[in-house]
Amino acid sequence: MISRLFDIISRRIDGPLMVCLVLTLALGLTVVYSASGGASVDRVLGQSRNIAVAAAALWIVANIPPQALMRLAIPVYSAGLALLVGVALFGEVRNGARRWLNLGFTTIQPSEVMKIAVPLLLAWYFHRHQEGIQLRDYAVAAILLALPVGLVARQPDLGTALLIFASGFFVIFLAGLSWKILAGLFVTGMVSLPFLWGMLHDYQRKRVLTLFDPTEDPLGAGYHIIQATIAIGSGGVLGKGWLNGTQAQLDFVPERSTDFILAVYGEEFGLAGNLLLVVLYVLIVGRGLMIAANASTTFARLTAGAVTLTFFTYAFVNMGMVSGILPVVGVPLPMVSYGGTALLSMLVGFGILMSISTHKQLVSS
Amino acid sequence: MSVVGQTLRDQRAELNVFRARLTVAGLAALVAFGLLVARFVWLQVVQREHYHTLAEANRISVVPVVPNRGLILDRNGEVLAANYSAYTLEVTPGKVGNVERAIDELSQVIEVTPRDRRRFKRLQEESKNFESLPIRTRLTEEEVARFAVNRYRFPGFEIKARLFRSYPHGDIASHAVGYIGRINEADVRRIEAAGLATNYKGTDHIGKLGIEGAYEKELHGITGSEQVEIDAGGRAIRALSRSEPQSGNNLLVTLDIKLQRVAEEAFQDYRGALVALDPKTGDVLALVSRPGYDPNLFVDGIDPANWDALNNSPDKPLNNRALRGQYPPGSTIKPFMALAALTYGKRTPEYTISDPGQWMLPGVARPFRDWKKGGHGMVNLHRSIVVSCDTYYYGLANDLGVDAIHRFMTQFGFGSKTGVDIDGELPGLQPSSDWKWQRFKQKWYAGDTISVGIGQGYWLATPMQLATAVATLANGGTPVHPRLVRAVQDARTQKVRELPTRNGEPLALKPEHVELVRAAMIDVTRPGGTAVRAAQGAPYLVAGKTGTAQVVAMKAGEKYDEKRVHERLRDHALFIAYAPADDPKIALALLVENGGHGSSTAVPIAREVFDYYLLRKRPERKQALGDDEAESD
Repeated sequence: MISRLFDIISRRIDGPLMVCLVLTLALGLTVVYSASGGASVDRVLGQSRNIAVAAAALWIVANIPPQALMRLAIPVYSAGLALLVGVALFGEVRNGARRWLNLGFTTIQPSEVMKIAVPLLLAWYFHRHQEGIQLRDYAVAAILLALPVGLVARQPDLGTALLIFASGFFVIFLAGLSWKILAGLFVTGMVSLPFLWGMLHDYQRKRVLTLFDPTEDPLGAGYHIIQATIAIGSGGVLGKGWLNGTQAQLDFVPERSTDFILAVYGEEFGLAGNLLLVVLYVLIVGRGLMIAANASTTFARLTAGAVTLTFFTYAFVNMGMVSGILPVVGVPLPMVSYGGTALLSMLVGFGILMSISTHKQLVSS
Repeated sequence: MSVVGQTLRDQRAELNVFRARLTVAGLAALVAFGLLVARFVWLQVVQREHYHTLAEANRISVVPVVPNRGLILDRNGEVLAANYSAYTLEVTPGKVGNVERAIDELSQVIEVTPRDRRRFKRLQEESKNFESLPIRTRLTEEEVARFAVNRYRFPGFEIKARLFRSYPHGDIASHAVGYIGRINEADVRRIEAAGLATNYKGTDHIGKLGIEGAYEKELHGITGSEQVEIDAGGRAIRALSRSEPQSGNNLLVTLDIKLQRVAEEAFQDYRGALVALDPKTGDVLALVSRPGYDPNLFVDGIDPANWDALNNSPDKPLNNRALRGQYPPGSTIKPFMALAALTYGKRTPEYTISDPGQWMLPGVARPFRDWKKGGHGMVNLHRSIVVSCDTYYYGLANDLGVDAIHRFMTQFGFGSKTGVDIDGELPGLQPSSDWKWQRFKQKWYAGDTISVGIGQGYWLATPMQLATAVATLANGGTPVHPRLVRAVQDARTQKVRELPTRNGEPLALKPEHVELVRAAMIDVTRPGGTAVRAAQGAPYLVAGKTGTAQVVAMKAGEKYDEKRVHERLRDHALFIAYAPADDPKIALALLVENGGHGSSTAVPIAREVFDYYLLRKRPERKQALGDDEAESD
């Protein structure tokens, strides 16, 4: 009886991936406790609830076969796009950005949906045209990608727009867009940088500028980076010990339980802790890429590859910005930062990976 | 078949492309993670010390612990400047958007008087935006509690428990004790120039004047420090270590505050100055400059109304007349002139003139008049002092010449600062032919010397100078250096370190000459002298000499009529004296501005001081000063 229940629960779960996820999430809870001052378990309980919800979603998605997921691509994407338009028209403004949509019973952030919907849709599109992908197909894919990215960037939410863009771009890249065109796009992108610069909001420009010289504005925009760097650097090899980070516990690190939680972690657990986290992320990415490589359909391959690489992007962008080598964009540290929304879309992504990993025998037979 | 094969080949090709791309992406991810690891190694291994230092600097704040300021105690242990602890409410204007509005709101919680506001405004103008300035001082416990409840409404406002300076005797001895005030920009520059910036971290006040100013170094103490762990908001979380401050040393001063009070009150409503010294040591027993001011007004920053009142008053209460008032010494210098005559052999005690009431300088048509119409009759050296005969000294001055007078008088301290141990003293003026040439590019005329002979003309002296000169006479000819602080008491060990007296070398005077002059000064206070009231009925002997300093020169032939001259144009009354004359314990010089002639206003003041100092007898106020009958000098 119990073994049967266990079988139901674990049948669609990819063991190695799951182990890595559980370890990372547990590590995350430890740091969230420290980042909330170590005095109360409210945040830890809240985050546990977030994890429970996201894990349930992961399990549900993992049990949906890839073909069914493929059929969901269009409806989910369309719904997501409609919601984004809705945000643009009726969205709530918080902190100067229009990101939220009030549905009456709850407020949602539709841009999160797109992190999953975009790779699904593009993978579906290339799957449909797998017999001979034309340049035209890439153009269509680019448009399908540009719509949500543009809408999210306008909110403005540069971090999410970047991640949605990455998720779609990875699909296009993996689908085989020729290097020449990639190179051409890269050059075009470089040339158009000044124009993009003109379109950025002041605070976004400041963040980029601050990256190059945080000391320029040590009490303003540079404060985040300076304090986070001090926290990490002062952690040394072994760290100051759990709950003992002075930068973290005395409030010098801003947004310490969300976007800048790596500073808390790096300060208290040192280089050793950082290496452990990087190893976990490498294992997760490696396992994801393996699943993608072994997937049996174009849709499954592209989806699995894009979801994995998007996860990598999360990790790299966050760690890069907190350690001061990338500009500050609002990207959480995956599965460590406090917060439910990003965690949900991330675990749904891993659910898709597990679905692909555990359903391929059925497909090939 | 071929279609299927084609499809299979396509699929295989597609798979190969995909796997190649996946490999590229995977390698790129590895490189990216490698970059992050390199960054972590850089931050956490290579640069660790640097960031460790920064993190420690973030969390550890060194807070200065201000030492208690030393006390100032009079010669009997009476406290002249004390500390008390009280709550102040302070504002850092830089942390408050609209200070005016915040203060309006505050005034609904605790009382803020218009005076508080004006004083605050003045402080604000003088200080920088990030300095914490008191808006209210001396809060009651209840006010503190009421503010605490409403604290959240007033960011940038803070209650602080501080030590305050208080001067329990108010305006009594204010010119000697001085006061402390908030450190201003000029003070900051001085502190930095002296290399004391570290020791003044956290200190808001500094001695500005008087003993408080001159002995700042002793009084301030050594600032301690406390290492405090602070959070990002600057709130102290816990103390890490503390080095205790070292309190400032107590000053034991030479003043007798009770005597001082007697002396000040003796002036009644007159302006003027008095300096009383111990003739053996130069210890200042009383230092009066009337009117005084309440030094307590300055401690927290004076409000504009009080400042204007003090600064613009025609009575000039802020001017320390005892040290900075330069007056013609008048007839008070006659004993010194007599001594000069004996010392330089220009007169014998027996030499006698017949005083017709005026003296003619050969070649000058206008006579030099004696203050007494008709003259004093037969006058020898003794009598010239007792009756203050001008005519005698006109001739004497002419015989001595200005440079001999200058040479002799500078030995007694005339014309230079006495070196009293507080700042601001002026040197007076002892004229000489050199001086006149340098000052006016004019030669010295014989006529100039004549008025110098009776302490007029160019001669100017401060009350402090007169006091040291008379003290020198009293002790038989040893110049004294007046001092206000006699000892320093170590704050920790309570050990008292006596400061050395700095008497000069005894002057080359013949004791019998000094004795002649002193005997004459005793007769000044006896019937027939000009200062009878100084010793009338006293159980001790007083030696003295009156004087008058002209405020306006009379035109030739015009008669000075005290009653008719505007009060501010009346002559200044002077008196120098010491007692007991046979064993001097106190020597003093005093001046009553616009007091008229010396005997009626100045002499009674000296008598009250002597009575109190020698007999501890408090004066009974019987009559107003100046209600005296006889005309004298």
